[in-house]
Amino acid sequence: MTTQILIAGFGGQGILFAGKFLANKGLLEGRQLSWLPSYGPEMRGGTANCSVVLSDEPIGSPIVNKPDVLIVMNLPSLDKYEKAVAPGGSVFVDSTLIERRVARGDVKAFYIPATKLAQQNGIPTLANMILLGKVMRESSFVSYEGIEDAVRSIVSAKHADLYDVNLKAIRLGYEYEA
Amino acid sequence: MTVFEKPKSLTDAEFHYCPGCTHGIIHRLVAEAIDALGIEGRAIGVAPVGCAVMAYNYFACDMVEAAHGRAPAVATGIKRSLPENIVFTYQGDGDLASIGMAETVHAATRNENITVIFVNNAIYGMTGGQMAPTSLPGQVTQTSPYGRDVSVAGYPVKVAELLSSLDGPEFIARVAVNNVKNVRNAKKIIEKAFQNQIEGKGFSLVEVVSSCPTNWGMTPDNALKWVEEKMIPYYPLGVFKDRSAGKEEDKA
Amino acid sequence: MGNKVLMKGNEAIAESAIRAGCRHYFGYPITPQTEVAAYMAKRMPKIGGTFLQAESEIAAINMVYGVAATGRRVMTSSSSPGISLKQEGISYIAGSDLPCLIVNVQRGGPGLGGIQPSQSDYFQATKGGGHGDYRLIVLAPSSVQEMADMTALAFDLADKYLMPVMLLADGTIGQMMEPVELPEAREPQFTEKDWAVTGTKMRRAHHIVNSLYLVPEELEKKNFERFERYARIEREEARFESFMMEDAEYCVVAFGIAARVSKNAVTAARREGLKVGMIRPVTLWPFPSAALAEAAKTVKGFLSVELSMGQMIEDVKLAVSCSRPVSLCRRAGGMIPSPDEVLTKIREMAGGYER
Repeated sequence: MTTQILIAGFGGQGILFAGKFLANKGLLEGRQLSWLPSYGPEMRGGTANCSVVLSDEPIGSPIVNKPDVLIVMNLPSLDKYEKAVAPGGSVFVDSTLIERRVARGDVKAFYIPATKLAQQNGIPTLANMILLGKVMRESSFVSYEGIEDAVRSIVSAKHADLYDVNLKAIRLGYEYEA
Repeated sequence: MTVFEKPKSLTDAEFHYCPGCTHGIIHRLVAEAIDALGIEGRAIGVAPVGCAVMAYNYFACDMVEAAHGRAPAVATGIKRSLPENIVFTYQGDGDLASIGMAETVHAATRNENITVIFVNNAIYGMTGGQMAPTSLPGQVTQTSPYGRDVSVAGYPVKVAELLSSLDGPEFIARVAVNNVKNVRNAKKIIEKAFQNQIEGKGFSLVEVVSSCPTNWGMTPDNALKWVEEKMIPYYPLGVFKDRSAGKEEDKA
Repeated sequence: MGNKVLMKGNEAIAESAIRAGCRHYFGYPITPQTEVAAYMAKRMPKIGGTFLQAESEIAAINMVYGVAATGRRVMTSSSSPGISLKQEGISYIAGSDLPCLIVNVQRGGPGLGGIQPSQSDYFQATKGGGHGDYRLIVLAPSSVQEMADMTALAFDLADKYLMPVMLLADGTIGQMMEPVELPEAREPQFTEKDWAVTGTKMRRAHHIVNSLYLVPEELEKKNFERFERYARIEREEARFESFMMEDAEYCVVAFGIAARVSKNAVTAARREGLKVGMIRPVTLWPFPSAALAEAAKTVKGFLSVELSMGQMIEDVKLAVSCSRPVSLCRRAGGMIPSPDEVLTKIREMAGGYER
């Protein structure tokens, strides 16, 4: 099985970092994978997106044109990518930052006030990881088990303090009930 | 009995330089310095594009031919690869001060531990006498037939002064080879520029004010006079920067 | 998957180069390959190597020339506009028969162009680029694993044939992360070469590294000798990958990221019952012409898929001597075709087939 994931939002929201988490989770599970960032001069504040492909077979294109899973953290991203989602796919929306609902009827939509949850829990920069927690709850392309190792592999030794808060964020999202 | 011998660091190849050209003297001074310091076995030279393009045939040490102006970059590569070897470039004014200015300035500012011999004869010799970055104001050349007009062509580049304004380089000096006294001094300064490298002190450049009778349209004699009367007043001789000497003075 | 690590393509190049015994890197910042320089800046000082940020791409390639002249492994990397600046130095290195690695992580052009992935430097890489008669061996990785493997291969080929080798990647392959198994680390070789400048030590005649030959007979001879070597490379070093070609009636030809996209399209076409395969050139020079000529005996048509206005297609046509129609699927300026776009072209090739 191949799962194509697209994560999109503003630069600075941790879009690429969220993608790295999924990629490392895939690596730890022995899956085939690719991670492709948008790159450009907009390091902060511009648009950012990240394509992650996870598969049991060698991966062809690393570019996600028809995401099975779309995670959006701003309105322009939802506007831009909603049409592209594969029929039957899932859309995860940060409902603190995006007021509108998903218009399509042939995809599953999940609304998580991730930015608000992050602020309420004293981890204001980790809305991205809260969303990932919810993604893992609602889909099975990666396992929730072993998230500790995946977090450890993306948090540098220099910033070991980030390990706990990232785990906390993922768990918050995983346990979130609308 | 004094016997006049060819330095060991020159090959037996005959120079192709024009009669009265001072490249021959400068080659000899470089070779004598290499001999005197006993570094021929570990010296590696980088030849330029210009009249000295075939310097690789004349120096008996290992030689690399660089693209026009790129000798300091090539020398940087060689020195970084073989830090124990003694690496020098031999470049003319078009090569060093025009097309290769960026490579020159940056090798200097990095204080790259190399020796640069810069021959300033105020003209492009090999291509037949065009205006050089160091041609004097009013100087007639093939491409400044009415004399160098500074309002159009700008002013000559004073390489020694320019480079000595940088913090990086170890040693910057200007010498001339138009008379016996100046040649003797040039020999001393060139040797120092190599000695600095041996001691790991860094970038050492010697600008040698030189003559080009053929393209200046002068007899060799008159060319040397022109060096004395026109070139040296514009390009004063001396040591422009010597960081180690500065330190010694501070101590004193 | 035991030893696999997750790395960006650009980082894989740098680490693999170090493992191949390269201890000298010279570069100048340019998107989308700056990770190579950043990686080298971090690692080289710790292993006694050289990382130097040069004042320009021109200086960088000439520093490469200097190290190559001493017989040590050396590399530079850049992206399209920077590679244009290096062409002078590349021509000198080729003309002096020196080995080195040049990495081009391509972006859209011409001019300043853009920063998104492209393959529009194909002509420049495979047909010369700089002045004079010369060739580069051009390797075209299509995954992070191949970025690592081909970097090591590039150094070996450069040393074997005494010539510069180019790794021709693109912004996607450079920026993407995939699991990669890094090649084994090899120690730098310091064997004395009979052409390198290392100082005569007063024990031998001086070595001259040079591309100047003022006697035309000599220069011609040099060129002929070099081209004998090139002919051997064309016979022995052409590399390609075949995908679903066994019973194929149509053949997609694509390299690098275009091949990755095309693989999806070929797989989708197979599901529709179209007998399509793909030949992926792994070396762009030498071009795997024989493989394409062989395919031309059985397939009805070719489709060249490129991130350019159509450059490799000329080599495809030459390889099959125009015996079969060759069509083109192209995007330019940093755009990448989707698998659906390639699939549409495959259907057109297969006879106007519409769903």
